[in-house]
Amino acid sequence: MAAVTTSTERSLNKLAIVGVLIITMIFLAPIYWIASTAFKPRNLATTIPPTVVFQPEISPFVKLFTKRSQLRTAPTPEQYAAAPWWERLVFDGGEKVVRSGRGEVQWSGYPSRFMNSLIVAITSTVLAVGMGTFTAYGFSRFKVKGEQDLLFFILSTRMLPPVVVAIPMFLMYRVVGLNDTHWGLIILYTAFNLSFSVWLMKGFMDEIPKEYEEAALVDGYTRMEAFFKIVLPEAATGIAATAVFCFITAWNEYAFALIMTNRRAQTAPPFIPSQVGSGLPDWTVIAAGTFLFLLPVAIFTFLLRNHLLRGMSFGAIRK
Amino acid sequence: MATAVMTTLDPNSRSAARGMSDLTIRNLFIIPTIVFLIVFNIFPLIYSLGYSFTDFRASSPAAANFVGLQNYRELLNDPFIWSNFAITAKYVIVSVVGQVIVGFGVALLLNRDIPLKGLLTTLLLLPMMLSMAVVGLFWKLLYDPSFGIINYTLGLGSFEWLSNPDMALYAVAITDIWMWSPFVMLLSLAGLSAVPKHLYEAAAIDRAGSFYTFFRITLPLVAPILMIAVIFRTMEAFKTFDLAYILTSQPTTEVISIRLYKMAFQEWQTGRSCALAYIVLIMILAITNIYVKYLNKVKER
Repeated sequence: MAAVTTSTERSLNKLAIVGVLIITMIFLAPIYWIASTAFKPRNLATTIPPTVVFQPEISPFVKLFTKRSQLRTAPTPEQYAAAPWWERLVFDGGEKVVRSGRGEVQWSGYPSRFMNSLIVAITSTVLAVGMGTFTAYGFSRFKVKGEQDLLFFILSTRMLPPVVVAIPMFLMYRVVGLNDTHWGLIILYTAFNLSFSVWLMKGFMDEIPKEYEEAALVDGYTRMEAFFKIVLPEAATGIAATAVFCFITAWNEYAFALIMTNRRAQTAPPFIPSQVGSGLPDWTVIAAGTFLFLLPVAIFTFLLRNHLLRGMSFGAIRK
Repeated sequence: MATAVMTTLDPNSRSAARGMSDLTIRNLFIIPTIVFLIVFNIFPLIYSLGYSFTDFRASSPAAANFVGLQNYRELLNDPFIWSNFAITAKYVIVSVVGQVIVGFGVALLLNRDIPLKGLLTTLLLLPMMLSMAVVGLFWKLLYDPSFGIINYTLGLGSFEWLSNPDMALYAVAITDIWMWSPFVMLLSLAGLSAVPKHLYEAAAIDRAGSFYTFFRITLPLVAPILMIAVIFRTMEAFKTFDLAYILTSQPTTEVISIRLYKMAFQEWQTGRSCALAYIVLIMILAITNIYVKYLNKVKER
């Protein structure tokens, strides 16, 4: 913008600041509401007017991780006194923790779904970024016939609607027994992220001067040694950014997970909505599950902030 | 496609004296990816193309019978499918127009001397990084007619959003606008910051009005990048599944992906759903083509 000199310009600028602040608050309100509901006692989650000030507690998280059932009769004072502090929180909410015959606390479905999400997202990220880095180097440094067509083909696989791909994959997985397995989802997410990883990494590879390797080759390195010892370290930032993007995509994915998994390999995105069911859901527990699930992505977004533009435009727009 | 990679390398490229030749390395680096994508993306599509000409049902042990083009004929003559496409089109228009207005508007505000601009921008970008399905679910609570904060804040009493057939699609679109305006904002900011400052200075010297400056300088120069955002969001909105599926079960929000999902995995009309998948696929490929052309155009600048 032109230098801010006139008084109208200055007041316009103030107006813009106020506008941006209000919009930021509106945009963050749903996220704030998730975070605050995750620390509310159940009876304050759905009040009119909405409860903004409250004594935060962690009972939603205790409930998130344990299997519970309704209390038919209130616990006896001895039972209550004997229970650990976290179990008392569940008693206070009118529920009790389900224990096995030997008295072991039963876990809810959440921890295993969270673990599945981690396993699937991390493995598929490593595979997609690994393959993508090699391929990007190939496209960046060597002449490839029909390069534009091949790159378009690679990108177009990313654009396919998940449900369209899921129908034949479901039928094929049924034949080979990959439905409801970690590997089934890992393969799908790797394929989905691979195109992204090639496009993004190619941009990063193009930025590394060819002269670095040329010099290494003159010094007697083989092409492979030059790739591993010179190019990869130079590309480290790009690889990290690409990996975080791939992780987030796999972590957030819903449609494939809904169709391909139902129990053993189910990830968190299809699991969390399935907990709402009918009747009055306990929104504090859903908020707690959502909060934990969103936390890694929120942290990654801050780490990625300088690469967001590049990542979201498939490497086409760089700052 | 993979054969294209096998051709000889440019003789001018420097090949190392020891170790593998550049040709081997290139093929080793590129071919696995191409093969992987063919096996897990293209082969399944060929597989389902075959099924699209049959009356196969994955839920029954009966063998598939070849029915020719019957599935395609019936689908294209089915008014319900067309209404699913109409719902999808309405959704695409409402949500993409909303995202462009909000996203570009916020970008214009941010393209000034704003303190803590970097932090505010990152905070504004947060929604688009989150899981649509998981965050979308929580909007059910926000939209709740009796204790949702949206009705409370706007003073709408017990206005029905998601269970109201006329409102549900707009409610889903509003959530989508919330999630994806930041994307349009991000790209618009890039476009705005690339406009040369001397153009504005020249306009100021000529005493051009702000209206004129916006429509003759800002908009034309940002347009190509904005266009990328629009095409990309159109493509994504056309494919939309998660939000609408999680937020409501109204027939008025049954976008084409949801119809396809139900046909394939609830009604188990596998053959028919493969045919519908192909119809959707051809539409997506057409939009993708336009998108990539634009990407390349902007890249060249």
